[in-house]
Amino acid sequence: MIISVASGKGGTGKTTVAVNLALSIREKVQFLDCDVEEPNAHIFLKPAIEEKRQVFIPVPEIDELKCTYCGKCREVCAYGAVAVIKSVDSGKGSVLVFPNLCHGCGSCSYFCPQQAIKEVNKEVGEIEAGYVQPAFPNADVRFVHGRLNIGEAMAPPVIREVKKYVVRDRITIIDAPPGTSCPVITSIKDSDFCLLVTEPTPFGLNDLLLAVEVVRKLSLPFGVVINRSDLGDDKTETYCQKEDIPVIMRIPFQKEIAVAYSHGKTIIEAVPSYQVKFQELYRGIAEGNFS
Amino acid sequence: MKICITSEGQDLDSQVDPRFGRCQYFIIVDTDSLEFEAVPNSNMEAMGGAGVQSGQLVAQKQVKAILTGNVGPNAFQTLQAAGIDIITGAAGSIREAVEKYKKGELKSTQGPNVNSKFGMR
Repeated sequence: MIISVASGKGGTGKTTVAVNLALSIREKVQFLDCDVEEPNAHIFLKPAIEEKRQVFIPVPEIDELKCTYCGKCREVCAYGAVAVIKSVDSGKGSVLVFPNLCHGCGSCSYFCPQQAIKEVNKEVGEIEAGYVQPAFPNADVRFVHGRLNIGEAMAPPVIREVKKYVVRDRITIIDAPPGTSCPVITSIKDSDFCLLVTEPTPFGLNDLLLAVEVVRKLSLPFGVVINRSDLGDDKTETYCQKEDIPVIMRIPFQKEIAVAYSHGKTIIEAVPSYQVKFQELYRGIAEGNFS
Repeated sequence: MKICITSEGQDLDSQVDPRFGRCQYFIIVDTDSLEFEAVPNSNMEAMGGAGVQSGQLVAQKQVKAILTGNVGPNAFQTLQAAGIDIITGAAGSIREAVEKYKKGELKSTQGPNVNSKFGMR
């Protein structure tokens, strides 16, 4: 089973919910932090990293001896990552590759009539994996996260590598990035259930509406977790009721939780009674009560 | 001599568009006769790579120089490869910019003067 934790708005508590869920349920868990632009679940789970590897995307390299500057590569590139300049007089032109615009789709090399393009690997990020036992001896949580290199623009290739760690004999919990664009879609698609974490503020609700559109488009069963549920207004509750969206959990504001968070500690370490609540949350999803 | 100016409109009295890759029109003008052609920029709404695409469009027109407000790194590299003089900081009407260029008051730039995505708005 794959449960993804997403939100529209950032900072609503995705990682908090994902981490506490992973540590509370008495199951083997595969925890995937897919927020590769700013992964932070490791701060709370403190995994012992055992495996580390780089992530590459294939980018074109042009053999200027074979190239006739026909412009086919430029024509098929959907991202403007290749420029072909035909020279005016001598016939010798130039081809420019912009690796930062390249999505690594391979069209240019596939369609090149001269076979003048080969793909070379460009490192865009890294994957780290390990177990959380040292910090949480009672939890069987395998941890994987991706980290996009600084200056790189495209998160999905790294997220796809993280998602290759989905295994069937563990409950997979995916901590998704905020927003509603490609990185989010890449992270949450193929999930069995998506938890949308929000806060009862105008910003939280605005972005929740966008996130709901996304999960509905992807036909994912989903439910809402309202964090800091006693602050803000009641518009989020009203909206969920009207749209028939299950509010699966409410986490009222509690100073102990905020203090623990600021020290890199989980809710269940600060307020142990929450473990039961997260177990109930999981049971409800697993039994299909909200699908 | 043919030069290209990024423009907000389709004639010589239009204002220079300060963006290169996402300008509204490219005006290709003969500096002696002032005969011109206004080319709508199909890359205005491109998701990405607008500078590169616009650079190639201008290169195909075989102009000596490009006059614009700002140019980013990808566009700069493309225009440079095509051997086009790149002049940034142009403003006012297209006609005025051409006059200034003819008088030699505009100098080519040696590097990009804004970052990628500058023209996104």
